Amino acid sequence: MSEPAYQTHLPGGQHWSLRLRRGSTMTLTASAPDTNVGMLMYNPENLLERLNLPDTLKCQHTFKLTRGNCLYSDMGRIFASIIEDGLGWHDAVGGNLHARHMIDKGWQPVSFQAALNDRTQTGHDSFLIELAKYGLGKRDLAANLNLFSKIAADDEGNLSFVPGHCKTGDSVTLRFEMDTLVALHTCPHPLDPAREYPKRGVDIALGTAPTPDENDVCWQHCEENARGFANNRLYHLGAA
Amino acid sequence: MTIASPQREENAVFRQFIDAGDHYIGTVKAGQTIRIVDVEGNEAADTLFFNANDPSERYSAVDTVREQGKVYLTTGTELRSNLNNVMLTISADTCGRHDTLGGACASESNTVRYDLEKRHMHSCRDNWMLAIANHPEYGITKRDIAHNINFFMNVPVTANGELYFDDGISGPGKYVEMIAEMDVVVLISNCPQLNNPCSGFNPTPLEVLIWD
Repeated sequence: MSEPAYQTHLPGGQHWSLRLRRGSTMTLTASAPDTNVGMLMYNPENLLERLNLPDTLKCQHTFKLTRGNCLYSDMGRIFASIIEDGLGWHDAVGGNLHARHMIDKGWQPVSFQAALNDRTQTGHDSFLIELAKYGLGKRDLAANLNLFSKIAADDEGNLSFVPGHCKTGDSVTLRFEMDTLVALHTCPHPLDPAREYPKRGVDIALGTAPTPDENDVCWQHCEENARGFANNRLYHLGAA
Repeated sequence: MTIASPQREENAVFRQFIDAGDHYIGTVKAGQTIRIVDVEGNEAADTLFFNANDPSERYSAVDTVREQGKVYLTTGTELRSNLNNVMLTISADTCGRHDTLGGACASESNTVRYDLEKRHMHSCRDNWMLAIANHPEYGITKRDIAHNINFFMNVPVTANGELYFDDGISGPGKYVEMIAEMDVVVLISNCPQLNNPCSGFNPTPLEVLIWD
């Protein structure tokens, strides 16, 4: 990876979206314990193509996401691969924070009028705000990533949030394998047991990485990923 | 949990078989009960639900599993929407558990899972695409096709984060039944997958029954 071309900090409870080109990288670093980054991905050339976590999980035979895993679209292509990861587990099944979770948890909603940009936002509204900028809406929502969070399942399939999974300074790096529209937020995980709405931000560094080949850690992770990269190669046929 | 239904087949207001590799789309009114039967066993019913009055509200696997704190679906499970509302409740289940993590097969994901030369093989998403193309009256387009339920499929998750496709725990005549909590459109693909055990390598019919 190259030196970062751009670095920024996104405070807790906020949102952003950007287009990342093929060959770019995004490193996210937790600036507090148990931070959470909700993320969705779309193809800017065809916004109907979006992140598909069921396909992502089943083709890699996994319930968790970590280094070596690829993030697939519903069209059998790889939006991004996880090339570095200090956590070993990122959640793909917990979904998003809704207004009703705030009420059920007793998290006091704080308005802009009352607290300006320290207001409390939901992950659901955060995605809707970012998606609307591209003509997308509720219909375009999909199961989202919850980077830095861990939801474990026991043998009976009971789910539990694992507090303390993410430490300050833990980081994960995505390498984009095709041009990708990324919508992200730093709102809490819907199962976060914190007593008050937690404000935990993330440092974001953007850079570039060489084009992967068959020796790449994500390419080699499983035969399915090699075929995913073959689909991307087909998609980019004739491109520089 | 396995619980049989008191509903009698002869009292159903609607009955229809879905052949292997075929689809069904129709409306279930609030208060009605819908049953899906695995007629010959080892079949997978890839199912989506939409709010009949606003299809931008639809079944959401992640909201469903998070709110019940469990990955498998069975009697008592509230099937939730992307707005976290309850759409239907599973009222009877003679199979025992159903998957909602594994998603549906598609021509494109088949290339990743099996082989690039398998892209021509029939798939659940192609089934859904034909259903919504032939039935524009429901207002459902490709944008609305999301994470589904795989009734009768067995996809175990382990404590260390593995997920795999296992032989079915369903059998001939087993069924799952749901009471609609709102008017819903149901869209079912009778899974045509021939590359894994979800249809026992021998896709067979499903049956849909509805009671008032």
